Amino acid sequence: MIEAIPLTHWLTLSTLLFFIGVYGFLTRSNLITILISIELILNAVNINLLAFNKYLYPEALEGHFFSLFVIAVAASEAAVAVAIFINLYRNINTVEVEEVNKMKY
Amino acid sequence: MQLNQFLIMQHEVLLTIVLIIIMISELNFSTKNKSKVIGFSTFLFGIVTVIGFLPSQTGVLFGGMYKNTDLTILMKNILNLGVFIVFLQSAEWLRKPINQDKISEFYLLVVASLIGMNFMISSGNFLMLMIGLELATIPVAALAAFEQFNNKSAEAGIKLILLSAFATGISVFGVSIIYGINGTLYFTELSSGSLATLGMIFFFSGLAFKISIVPFHLWTADVYEGAPVNVTSFLSVISKGAAVFILMIVLLTVFKTNQGEWVWIIYATAVLTMTIGNLFAIRQQNLKRFLAFSSIAQAGFIFMGVIGGDQAGMTAVVYFVLIYAFSNLAAFGVIASISNASGKELISDFNGLYKTNPKLSLVMMIALFSLAGIPPVAGFFGKFFLFTSAASGGYYGLVLIGAINVTISLYYYLLVVKAMFINKSESPIQTFKSDGMMRVGLVICVIGIIMVGFASQIYEYIYSLSLVI
Repeated sequence: MIEAIPLTHWLTLSTLLFFIGVYGFLTRSNLITILISIELILNAVNINLLAFNKYLYPEALEGHFFSLFVIAVAASEAAVAVAIFINLYRNINTVEVEEVNKMKY
Repeated sequence: MQLNQFLIMQHEVLLTIVLIIIMISELNFSTKNKSKVIGFSTFLFGIVTVIGFLPSQTGVLFGGMYKNTDLTILMKNILNLGVFIVFLQSAEWLRKPINQDKISEFYLLVVASLIGMNFMISSGNFLMLMIGLELATIPVAALAAFEQFNNKSAEAGIKLILLSAFATGISVFGVSIIYGINGTLYFTELSSGSLATLGMIFFFSGLAFKISIVPFHLWTADVYEGAPVNVTSFLSVISKGAAVFILMIVLLTVFKTNQGEWVWIIYATAVLTMTIGNLFAIRQQNLKRFLAFSSIAQAGFIFMGVIGGDQAGMTAVVYFVLIYAFSNLAAFGVIASISNASGKELISDFNGLYKTNPKLSLVMMIALFSLAGIPPVAGFFGKFFLFTSAASGGYYGLVLIGAINVTISLYYYLLVVKAMFINKSESPIQTFKSDGMMRVGLVICVIGIIMVGFASQIYEYIYSLSLVI
C-alpha cells in the first residue's frame, strides 16, 4: 500500500510542514501557538527521517530510532517551556508575546 | 562489553555520580541548614575537577557512538574548570534569602547541562550529538528563569527556550537531510553535492545559534541581561565554549569534503559577527548587555581559527577558549560581587570604583585587558595564534578586518576601565568585602589569565594533542 506513494510526496509534505512551522513561529503572537509551531517543525523532521529510512535504507532502523528520540526531546522541551510560561503568567497575567518586552535595545 | 570499559567515559560517569549525590544529600540537610549544600556541592565538584586532570583511558564505546580522544578529554577538563569557578562565584548569590529554597536546584541543573555538553563533545553519531545538545540546553533555560519573582528572568527563560527549540528544529532538519544522503548517522565523511550543502547549512545554523553567531545572535543580549549574573557567566563561557568545540569537530570530520563551501560561510559570518558585535557593544549601558555583545565579537575571532582548519588552527581555538573562559569569568565575577553588594549593573555605576574597591577594579582591569588582547596578559597570545592560523590559510582580508575590530574593541573595553579609574562620582559604590569563595574564584581567574599566556608548555601541550581528532 504505502509503496504506491513515491518518496517525493513525503518529502514535499515534510518540507511544507517545516515551513508552515517556521511561518507560524515568526508570525504568531501567543506563546502557546509558537510552541505548537515548533512541534510542527520537529514533526516534519520525523516524517523526513522515516521516509528516508523506509524508501532508501530499509536494511537498518537508524531513522526510526532518531525520530523516537526527536519525539522525546520535543516533549521535554515543551514541558520546560510550559513551566516557564506558567511562571510568567503568574507574574504578568498574560502569555502574549507583545507583553514580554521588558528588554529591548 | 566489560565493566571497566565504562572508565573510558570517566568524566560523564563521575558527573552523574555527583548529580545523584547532590540530589540525595539535599534531603539530609534540614531547612535551616540548606545553605550547607553550597559548600558541599562545590567541594564535591572540586574533587571531580581534580580527578578529571588525572590521566585517563581513551577509546571508542557503543559501536562508535561515543569516542574519547586526548583532545576531547582536555576540552572536558576546560569546561569542568570553568564550571568550578562558576560554582565558587555563585555561592554568595545563592546564600541570599530569596534563593533559600532552591539552592540545590542550581547545582543540579548546571551539572546536568555539563553532562550533556560532555556527551556532545565525545559524540561520534548525530543521535548522540542531538541528545547531548538538548541535555545541555534545556536545563540552561530553566536556569535563566531562576529568579521566579523577577519578570526579566522569566522573559529571558522564554526567549532562550523558544529560540533554542527553534534552532534545534532547524538543526535536526539538516541532520535528516544528511541522513537521506549518507544512509547513516555516524560521523562518516559526507559526499558533496547541492543537497549535502543544504543539509550542512541547516545543521550549521542550529549550532551557530548556540554560539550566537551574527544572523542568529538576537537572543543573546536579552537573555544575558535578564538571567541572574552567575547563570549569564555559565551561558557565555561554558555553553558557548562547548558549542565551539563541537562545531569545530563536526566541520573538520563530517563536513571535511565540503570544506570549499563552509570556508566561505565561516568567512562571511566571522566578518559580520566581529563587526556587528563590536559596533553594538559601544552603545551599551548595562554591563551584562555590554559583555553579551563583547562575547559575540569574541565568537567572531574564534572563527578565524576554525577557518584555518589545520592543527595550528584547532590548537588556537582550544587555547583561546581556555583564555576566554578565565577572562570572561573574572569579569562576570566582579560584576556578580558588585551586583550582590549593591544591586547595580550599569557602567556609570562603576565610576570611581578604584577609590572604594581597588582590588576588584584591578581584577576587572586585567580581565578586560585580556579580552581586548593587550600584550602582557594571555588574551594577546590567544588572539595572536588565531590571527596566525587565519593568515597561514591565506585569508589576509579576514586578518585585516579582525585587526580593525580589535582596535574598535579596545575603545569600549577601555571605556569601562576609564570609568573605574578616572571618572569621578559623587556616590560611588561603598567599600565592601566579598565572601571567601568569590575571592578564591577571582584569584584562580587572575592566575589563569597571567599563567596561560606565559607558560608556553600549555600551548605546546594542546598542539601535541590536536594531532589526533
